[in-house]
Amino acid sequence: MKRIVLVGNPNTGKSTVFSRLTGANVIASNYPGTTVGYSKGIMRIPNSEKAEILDIPGIYTLEVVSRAEKVAMDMISEADIIINVIDATNLERNLNLTVQLFKKLRIPAIILLNMADVARQHGISISTEKLSEKLGLPVIPTNALSGEGFKDLAHELINACIPEIHYKENEKWNYIGAIVEDVQKTEHRHPTLSEKLSGISVHPVFGLVFAVIVLMVSFWLIRFIGESLIRYIMEPGFNILYKPLLSNISNALGPDTLLHRIIIGNLINHEIDFRQSFGLLSTGFYIPLAEVLPYVVSFYLVLTILEDIGYLPRLGVLLDNLMHRIGLHGLSAISMFLAFGCNVPGALATRILETRKERFIASTLMAIAIPCMAQIAMISGLLGKFGAYGFFTLFGILFLVWIGAGVILKKYIKGESPEILVDIPPYRFPYPKAIVKKVWMRTRHFIIEAIPFVLLGVLIVDILYIVGFLEFMGKIFAPVVTKLFGLPPEAISALLVGFLRKDVAIGMLAPLGLNFRQLIVASAVLTIYFPCVATFIVLLKELGIRDMIKSAIIMIFTALVVGGAVNWIMILLGL
Amino acid sequence: MERTLLNLTNNEEGFILSIEGGHHARNRLESLGIRPGKKIRKMSSQFFKGPVVISIDGREIALGHGLARKIIIR
Repeated sequence: MKRIVLVGNPNTGKSTVFSRLTGANVIASNYPGTTVGYSKGIMRIPNSEKAEILDIPGIYTLEVVSRAEKVAMDMISEADIIINVIDATNLERNLNLTVQLFKKLRIPAIILLNMADVARQHGISISTEKLSEKLGLPVIPTNALSGEGFKDLAHELINACIPEIHYKENEKWNYIGAIVEDVQKTEHRHPTLSEKLSGISVHPVFGLVFAVIVLMVSFWLIRFIGESLIRYIMEPGFNILYKPLLSNISNALGPDTLLHRIIIGNLINHEIDFRQSFGLLSTGFYIPLAEVLPYVVSFYLVLTILEDIGYLPRLGVLLDNLMHRIGLHGLSAISMFLAFGCNVPGALATRILETRKERFIASTLMAIAIPCMAQIAMISGLLGKFGAYGFFTLFGILFLVWIGAGVILKKYIKGESPEILVDIPPYRFPYPKAIVKKVWMRTRHFIIEAIPFVLLGVLIVDILYIVGFLEFMGKIFAPVVTKLFGLPPEAISALLVGFLRKDVAIGMLAPLGLNFRQLIVASAVLTIYFPCVATFIVLLKELGIRDMIKSAIIMIFTALVVGGAVNWIMILLGL
Repeated sequence: MERTLLNLTNNEEGFILSIEGGHHARNRLESLGIRPGKKIRKMSSQFFKGPVVISIDGREIALGHGLARKIIIR
């Protein structure tokens, strides 16, 4: 099968092009050994032959500035045909990559001149004939959003040819400049609505207000979609379709056998309870599919919309300053934002950060200070009776922990946090099919990666419980829990369950009749001390064993310090 | 005293004279189109030495305070 590679700057609409050319069978992957992602799919070319098409990370240059360029070059060299996607609103910068590419490679190619409509709005018009002549390549004007140009594309691929591009290195920009001069005409236009909105978005004051609004709407949407998926699809599905099946297996195995204990779990009131039974087939599937997956889908949906509209870099700019104080890059705000729904995509999102130090700090801070939506839901059940006061106290504490831990980590972890340097694309309308496809690819990736690990986690916890290890740990930690945290000894099992599932753990606090102080301490400790098993597994994969151990030690230590401090300070204050 | 990007006021334009610093910083900036000779307009900046947003060829780019200090303006 022929291999086609899509090459271009970031934000040129490559992924929209990709989604237009491919069917449903698309996957998102990582280049082996790196955190750089690419997408792969199948497209049809005219004589009903199929071709493999790759969407590789956007790059500005072939010179190796970051990991992405090296990976991209490796993948480009394997291509049979190159489709170079160029953003018409930024011809000069885009051609920098084009001329480097074709001076170096002898691979047949065509050029897609994308976003010509946006360019026109800005008063820019480009002659495709002249550009084609100058570069010696077919140039197809496209509008990936409307679909214009794509019918011709498949046919034009046959005309892909090897261009002849020569220039002297130190004259590169003159060479490019000459092409642009010949090919592009610019007229002055008044600022468009999108430009005005863009100005507000990064304004130090208005931008922040705008950001708060956007984030609040986003949070609400994520929760709404997630909860709806759970309530109207997952829960009925599990209870009506799956439960009877499991009950049959349960009866066949006999409720007191070891096999039953591992596969189905404990029967609660003679019934299978998906949350509490803790068997492989019960809780092991329920957690990832019915509780986490709906939020993962919901999150990726909202994130992808924000991403495709072009808002994320602007958010990164606003938050970058704050983030740098705690050793993070503005873009890690995405991780933190995601973590509020579920720590798993939060952990995955640390991939976009460049250095190991940033990824370590981002992951650790996220796991320490950011409770997931499931947790938040349960916490609001418990703290609800104290009103907003309860929330502000708890989230205030977590925020301080986040800042404090970040400042300390930044100081003591070796490595660099590079300065922000990011292109801010014009705001644009998202293309629904591209969104659906990206969400599908990311979700599919999650399912394949997370589920086996959750199952493994459930199995291990079960074994530890059966063997009596958990009870043993309970006895050891009783003094810490009672004296340091001021919680009743029954709270220990909540802490132990918290490794598996944080919302269940919080739920276990309900019958204990805790007072305000104890609830705050317990909720804070449960958030900080350790990630849930799903997140743990993802982090283990992202950070590697050594960093994961360091991170875990930091988390546990922080939980002890914060839990103790909050408890004793509140006692002193008479709360 | 050289004029850097930081000395421009909001919406003021200037031409990039040179870029200080090492090879690495210059490459990063150049790949985004920020290089000597280009007309650059400062759009906004954030409080407390936060990132600066500039416009080149009609396209907005955000850069960190430290990077902005390296861009010398004519």
